[in-house]
Amino acid sequence: MTATRALIAAVRQARIGVWLPIAALATTIGTVVLGAALLGTSGYLISRAAQQPPILALGVAMVLVRAFSVGRAIMRYLERLTTHELALGALARLRSSFVARLIPLVPAGLPRLRAADLMSRFTSDVDQLQELFLRGLLPPIAAVVVICMAGVAAGVMLPAAGVVLAVVLIAFAVLVPVATGAVARAAGRRQARARADLAARVVDVLEGAPDIVAWGVRDAHLGAVERANDTVMRLGRRDAYASGVAAGLSGLGAQVAALAVLIVAVPAVRDGRMSGVLLAALVLMALAVFEVLVPLPVAAQNLAACGQAALRLEECVDRPIPITDPDVPEVPGPGRSLSLRGAQVRFAPEQEPVLSGIDLDLCWGRAVAIVGPSGSGKTTLCEVLARLRAIEAGAALLDGIPLDRLRQFDVRRAVTLVPQDAYLFPTSIAGNLRIARPDASDDELLDVLSRAGLGEWVDGLPDGLETHVGQDGGLLSGGQRQRVTLARGLLAPGGLLVLDEPTSHLDAASEAAFLDDAHGASVTDRTGLCIVTHRLAGMERFDEIVVIVDGHVRERGTHAELVVSGGWYADTVRATAVAA
Amino acid sequence: MKPTQRRLMRESRVARRALGAAALLALIQAVLTVVWAVALAAAIAPVAMNGAGLTQVRTAIIVAACAALGRAAVAWGFESTGRVGAQQVMSELRLRLAAHVLEARPLTQGTDSTGELATVAVQGVDGLELVFARYFPQMMLAIVVPIAAIGWIIPTDWVSAAILAVTIPVIIIFMILIGLGADRRAKARWAAMQMLGGRFFEVVRGLTTLRVHGRAEAQVAVLEQVGEDYRRETMSTLRLAFLSALVLELAAALGTAMVAVALGIRLVDGGIGLQASLAVLILAPEVYQPIRQLGAQFHASADGMIAAEEIFAVLDAPAVLDLPSASPAPSPSPARDAIVLDDVRVAYPGRSVPALDGISLALAPGEFVALVGPSGAGKTTVASLLVRLIDPTSGAVRVGGIDLRQIDADAWRSRIAWVPQRPRIFAATVAENVRVANPVADEAQVREALRQAGADTLVAEMPDGLATRLGEGGRRLSAGEAQRISLARAFLRDADLFVLDEPTAHLDGVLAAELAQVIRRLTAGATTLAVTHRQELVHAADRVIRMEDGRVAGALVAEAVA
Ligand SMILES: Nc1ncnc2c1ncn2[C@@H]1O[C@H](COP(=O)(O)OP(=O)(O)OP(=O)(O)O)[C@@H](O)[C@H]1O
Ligand SMILES: Nc1ncnc2c1ncn2[C@@H]1O[C@H](COP(=O)(O)OP(=O)(O)OP(=O)(O)O)[C@@H](O)[C@H]1O
Ligand SMILES: [Mg+2]
Ligand SMILES: [Mg+2]
Repeated sequence: MTATRALIAAVRQARIGVWLPIAALATTIGTVVLGAALLGTSGYLISRAAQQPPILALGVAMVLVRAFSVGRAIMRYLERLTTHELALGALARLRSSFVARLIPLVPAGLPRLRAADLMSRFTSDVDQLQELFLRGLLPPIAAVVVICMAGVAAGVMLPAAGVVLAVVLIAFAVLVPVATGAVARAAGRRQARARADLAARVVDVLEGAPDIVAWGVRDAHLGAVERANDTVMRLGRRDAYASGVAAGLSGLGAQVAALAVLIVAVPAVRDGRMSGVLLAALVLMALAVFEVLVPLPVAAQNLAACGQAALRLEECVDRPIPITDPDVPEVPGPGRSLSLRGAQVRFAPEQEPVLSGIDLDLCWGRAVAIVGPSGSGKTTLCEVLARLRAIEAGAALLDGIPLDRLRQFDVRRAVTLVPQDAYLFPTSIAGNLRIARPDASDDELLDVLSRAGLGEWVDGLPDGLETHVGQDGGLLSGGQRQRVTLARGLLAPGGLLVLDEPTSHLDAASEAAFLDDAHGASVTDRTGLCIVTHRLAGMERFDEIVVIVDGHVRERGTHAELVVSGGWYADTVRATAVAA
Repeated sequence: MKPTQRRLMRESRVARRALGAAALLALIQAVLTVVWAVALAAAIAPVAMNGAGLTQVRTAIIVAACAALGRAAVAWGFESTGRVGAQQVMSELRLRLAAHVLEARPLTQGTDSTGELATVAVQGVDGLELVFARYFPQMMLAIVVPIAAIGWIIPTDWVSAAILAVTIPVIIIFMILIGLGADRRAKARWAAMQMLGGRFFEVVRGLTTLRVHGRAEAQVAVLEQVGEDYRRETMSTLRLAFLSALVLELAAALGTAMVAVALGIRLVDGGIGLQASLAVLILAPEVYQPIRQLGAQFHASADGMIAAEEIFAVLDAPAVLDLPSASPAPSPSPARDAIVLDDVRVAYPGRSVPALDGISLALAPGEFVALVGPSGAGKTTVASLLVRLIDPTSGAVRVGGIDLRQIDADAWRSRIAWVPQRPRIFAATVAENVRVANPVADEAQVREALRQAGADTLVAEMPDGLATRLGEGGRRLSAGEAQRISLARAFLRDADLFVLDEPTAHLDGVLAAELAQVIRRLTAGATTLAVTHRQELVHAADRVIRMEDGRVAGALVAEAVA
């Protein structure tokens, strides 16, 4: 994809309509034109006055000067209003549009980027795109219109002056942006990358501080921040000089235009081809008209930067969607049973499958445990159940309907997954829980918290449910953090509960209590339970235990059956027992 | 100048230099502006009045051209020195921020999103550039140019000078009124922006969680709503600001028009010459220009300064670690000296119950102690004390009788191997991730550590072996895999003290039992504190300490726990 195509896609997503851009353009042009008229008329006024005519002869010019000055101020006001309206509206729509396109990629289709990088794309690149209209596309269009008008106006007074003014304007309009744009394009692309890298390093330091400090690798990390910082600075310096050149040249242009017009007009006045009273008007108008070119160099920089920004954003979101909703979704059933038949999953075509030939049955009133060595594919299996990953062979059925014939939303309403690394947002406990059910009452929150074993603790907190959990639960203990994610799962409406290592940070007694509660609910409520676990205590309560080794179902059965079968399960139970 | 600006000036030499440069450039600019106007008028007037030829006005044109070139150079100077200055200031702040977090508050993340802070530290420079390249110059110009221009006009034409001198204060009063509102508005706007930015970071990170709960799509609607609210709010405040700007602009425009008309009338009377009138007319807008601009730039500067403010807020937050004393005591060895927690209390901010409530315990040299207890009992807090990620609120941690706070923290930590409860895998290769514990270890040592941690087959199966990139943007590790990498780190360091926080929580029984034995073997001779909920590890311990509610609830022999 090229930058231009990315830009076109961005313009389409901004949905700016027709009238606002036209109004913005018209007011921008109007402001400059009225400014030029004001200065030109003033010049004429005093030149004419210097000939000492009767004062009445100046009446029209005097009225015009006042009218233009007021008109210009009002026009500028309107310009500000319309352009800001345009930019802010575009920003809001671009933002949500890009996020909306990112969502279906999670997690399987996500680009391999660092969170800080993704974030800087979705914040600063989107911010950059907001400049596209106001400081990218609008100025050149306004410039073209105004240059034509100025050329004609000057040409009426003196044809040669019209030509010279147009030539100078066009020369600056083209040369300056080209010069600065070239520098900007080169720097812009690397600048964005360098900043993303720097942001990632800063996040590393902020979040990894305990590890960095404990292992004594502070200098290495600070060094990395410094190096990334140096790169940003180096590119930034080039940018700074480029915009310095732009600033200098665009001021110079006005004065060059005025002087050039003056130089061709002087002989004309002498020859009588032009009236002397118009000279000041002509020169001052040339000076004022240049205002329209001032934003051009920045516009060139902005267009280049917007192109890169759009490209970087498209790079993130313009990729195959791993899981799509069917065009005509089936009506979902009650969400009573979920089963896999010969399911197979692969991360990438060239890799071996992570899971293959998996059969699994989950339904209300049934409790299933999934066990197996670390890295055998249990988490991946859970993602399949919640339809976060597609299977490449076999079948996955909810109430007998294949998952790919249902809307994802309907699947996830029925199947609640508590991921192994569930994320806690930096907000209150209540805020985090309500993600599962926005309309839950405080009592319901307290109820699930106490089922997760946090009831007493929350009661004892000075801020209760409103206690802030910090960045990714950093202000909670490991076990508390895990229990909050569990409580969130319990609050969700889904009847088929898939818990990925829900108790890894709990002590044995709490684990047993939690499992008893969850299991009890699965027998009495309309819930089914699927738990991934490493600790083989209390396994008698499960209706089925599925042992996954290297992505295959190695053994399955009840605890009693498996301990006597002499496989991985029996070995593991024995290893734990020997230790004890 | 606002407090943050004053503080920047006080603390940053670069910032002072940039301000000084702006002042100097403004002075030059003021002179050049007057020269330009006078020369241009001198070039036009004789031609318009007497039909003079090019040769007669050549000098004036050349002078005007030189002034124009000079002004361009000054504009270049403003823009580039300002921007470079801002970048240097921001870079100083960034590096200070990073160093400060590592030095004084490694463990206490506040309630803020780290993504937000990183955005401020990186993107905040854009705002600061506007301050240095636009606002400061404009501030100087707004003082110098009117003075220079009016100074020149007074002897030439006192009437115009009077008109200008009367209208300028009106404009300034308006500007201050606008400025006051703008400041408040900018803060509100910035907060909204931050929320949008922060939300993005969180949304991106938590997308899986949001999707699981079918909330991701709703989040788009929320973002759209927030964006729309932001637009509406900004527009309603902007409308007001623009209205005041309109008044300001009208005052300036009318001022210019009044000057022009007054000049016209006196020209008709013959009270003033064309050349002088023209010069005044060209200068009049130049007098208003910088003052008017200042209002607009003030707006932009508010955003820029808030970025600096935000970083200062982190720098000013109280340190969690007592900063090292000038002459730290030599670090004792935990392998020879007992580690004693003596009546230690740790109270985290915002909690009514202390995490550690007068706990006392001792680790004998070479002892292997398992620390158990329910969630939130304070086990991790004890571990953090030993690694000196936090210091006690009261009481003391002593090694061989010396308070840990009197020992150089880095020297102390260099003897410790630490496995945190949620290990952090850096975005780097496998080897680099393990070498964190010992940067000079050779490949064989790294492989051996990985083998001991039960991660050798894992690495062997990776496409690039030890050079496979992990962490964000690299290969995702399963929880148990990450834990083993973290254990390999610990094994790579020849430590005197092992602090292991639930090192086998994500491992299956066989592996956990094996690793318990490996840990036992490899920590022989060193003191070990292992926080755990797993029996395998509890049974490997010499002694088990049970904690509850921030205190020791009982010291047990291993059998009793099972
Ligand atoms: N995106 C990926 N590309 C390639 N391999 C991957 C990817 N994600 C995970 N893996 C690998 O796939 C395997 C299965 O991972 P998974 O997280 O499902 O294991 P697990 O059984 O849940 O392990 P644990 O018990 O440690 O949590 C692991 O070896 C893991 O490293
Ligand atoms: N940064 C913090 N800010 C506020 N409170 C905290 C912070 N860190 C921990 N706490 C609180 O201090 C108490 C002790 O936490 P700690 O992490 O030491 O518990 P733990 O024994 O390790 O528990 P777990 O087994 O769940 O990991 C908990 O109640 C926790 O909520
Ligand atoms: Mg897993
Ligand atoms: Mg803990």
